[in-house]
Amino acid sequence: MASLDRVKVLVLGDSGVGKSSLVHLLCQNQVLGNPSWTVGCSVDVRVQDYKEGTPEEKTYYIELWDVGGSLGSASSIKSTRAVFYNSVNGIMLVHDLTNKKSSQNLYRWSLEALSKDSSPTRVIVSNGDYDREQFAENSVPLLLIGTKFDQIAETKRTEVLTRTAFLSEDFNAEEINLDCTNPRYLAAGTSNAVKLSRFFDKVSNPQPGYRYRILWHDLRILDHVMSFFVFL
Amino acid sequence: MSFLVDSIIMFTSQVLFFGFGWLFFMRQLFKDYEVRQYIVQVVFSITFAFSCTMFELIIFEILGALSSNSRYFHWKLNLYVILLVLIFVVPFYIGYFVVSNIRLLQRQKLLFACMVWFTFMYFFWKLGDPFPILSPKHGILSIEQLISRVGVIGVTLMALLSGFGAVNCPYTYMSYFLRNVTDSDILALERRLLQTMDMIVSKKKRIAMTRRQMYQRGEDQNKQTGLWGMIKSVTSTQTGSENLSLIQQEVDALEELSRQLFLETVELQATKERIEYSKTFQGKYFNFLGYFFSIYCVWKIFMATINIVFDRVGKTDPVTRGIEITVNYLGIQFDVKFWSQHISFILVGIIIVTSIRGLLITLTKFFYAISSNKSSNVIVLVLAQIMGMYFVSSVLLMRMSMPLEYRSIVTEVLGELQFNFYHRWFDVIFLVSALSSILFLYLAHKQAPEKQMAL
Repeated sequence: MASLDRVKVLVLGDSGVGKSSLVHLLCQNQVLGNPSWTVGCSVDVRVQDYKEGTPEEKTYYIELWDVGGSLGSASSIKSTRAVFYNSVNGIMLVHDLTNKKSSQNLYRWSLEALSKDSSPTRVIVSNGDYDREQFAENSVPLLLIGTKFDQIAETKRTEVLTRTAFLSEDFNAEEINLDCTNPRYLAAGTSNAVKLSRFFDKVSNPQPGYRYRILWHDLRILDHVMSFFVFL
Repeated sequence: MSFLVDSIIMFTSQVLFFGFGWLFFMRQLFKDYEVRQYIVQVVFSITFAFSCTMFELIIFEILGALSSNSRYFHWKLNLYVILLVLIFVVPFYIGYFVVSNIRLLQRQKLLFACMVWFTFMYFFWKLGDPFPILSPKHGILSIEQLISRVGVIGVTLMALLSGFGAVNCPYTYMSYFLRNVTDSDILALERRLLQTMDMIVSKKKRIAMTRRQMYQRGEDQNKQTGLWGMIKSVTSTQTGSENLSLIQQEVDALEELSRQLFLETVELQATKERIEYSKTFQGKYFNFLGYFFSIYCVWKIFMATINIVFDRVGKTDPVTRGIEITVNYLGIQFDVKFWSQHISFILVGIIIVTSIRGLLITLTKFFYAISSNKSSNVIVLVLAQIMGMYFVSSVLLMRMSMPLEYRSIVTEVLGELQFNFYHRWFDVIFLVSALSSILFLYLAHKQAPEKQMAL
């Protein structure tokens, strides 16, 4: 299990979903008072303790790279943005729970980042379409974050949460739903905080090429084989 | 009977335009947003539909389609509806959505929206005073009052866009103005950008580390009691926080630098793409066009100056003038009436199509540039307002491009406006806009290579 000296996590998502507020909350433990448009990329550093209290305790400085912009930007902006996607250790995909389009756009965001990544261990060949199998094989840990949770009416909550559950399955990632203006959602001990630290642990200590999920068709073949043996 | 048939035709075409506006809104403007308030989409499509119907009526006028009575009736109806929309409906909804965005005024949304509307009406009315647009025989509450003011705003917008477009078009098309950008320039800038980001990261790590140490030491020092402990804690935290603020200032400066480097790189990438485009066949064609456009632009500025200086308003339209020239000077005889109708139809058709297309493209660009999740509704409604006023005034100005026999309907419907004033006003604003665009583009062009060498 190798540990890295530089841990870089990308924070991607549509314009206005709350990436800058989220990064500020994660790194400064404070709510961002005056959010404004991000030009280019803004970086912040989060101090994360790995295996606190054990003899293997290590403190990591996780760099959160908040890349601004939208999917419909000019190609000159896209090619300049690609500079930030090099040697990425993890990606946080941020979407706005009140805006369905921002969740749908996450497929394109993740493809943009993963296909531009030039380090040799990452091979994603895509023709621009979403491919579920590639996401299952992808070795860059992903985390799905839904913002503006407080702006959803109580009646619509189950519908929204079902939608995000499908999304997290597609990305083979955990999901967190929160409101970036309220630190209570990430308080120590909440399931959100646990998922967050699990994600950061995965990012700073990458397991070499290990598939965490069996693909469905593998399972079905297994099923057939088992039923065959039953009849014998 | 024919009136009924005509009305059905008009109504069908209006529904078609409405559908087109709806689709445009959904596919182009609100590509990345979710439409939550359908009223915005409806209002936008209605404005678009009625504006296009006006153009359609002009075409029918030239072609002589539909009977003259029903044309007149539909003109009047259309005009009333579009004025209603532009002066009452759209501003009210703009006020309503602006008020909804502000948290403080949530309770009395309608009341505040009405207040905003009354303020708008006040300024709208005041707009008419400095301009000699009315003849004294009109009363206070007549259609002419409203149209004249809408016309002034619309003509100003048209002239501004026209002036800027006339200058920007050759500037963008011609490759003469393209700066030379090589791949190594871009790579060097990207490297600098990444280096700056790395420096920001290392400084932020230091800040985080120092903060953590201060926090831990602060905990230890809370256990220390006595005078000596208190003095020690004060001095060490002070130097700690001084250090922090110094590093924070350096970080702020570096972040500003990184933003500038990012924008510079984007510009260089865009220039590189334009250079590549200019080498293609399409690019060369546009380059060639650019030379023509620059001549046209210079001629238009010249004509605008002449018109203003010599206080001259063109009496005849280009079609009749062209026919006159061909008949009198070149001696070619042909059926004037027949050709004048067809040529005006083609000319007016081209003007209409290019102005609609140009306006929609410009509006889309503006919308992408300035809208965000919260303000998208307001901005779309503002754009609908601009679009409506633009189209109404282009009908006004188009009168000059049509031969005399077709002008009468426009004059009849719009009332006794001082059309000459509008043309003069257009020339003035066009001149101002074109000259300031030239100045602006010249400065921007000069500044860019200097910036590159400084960085």
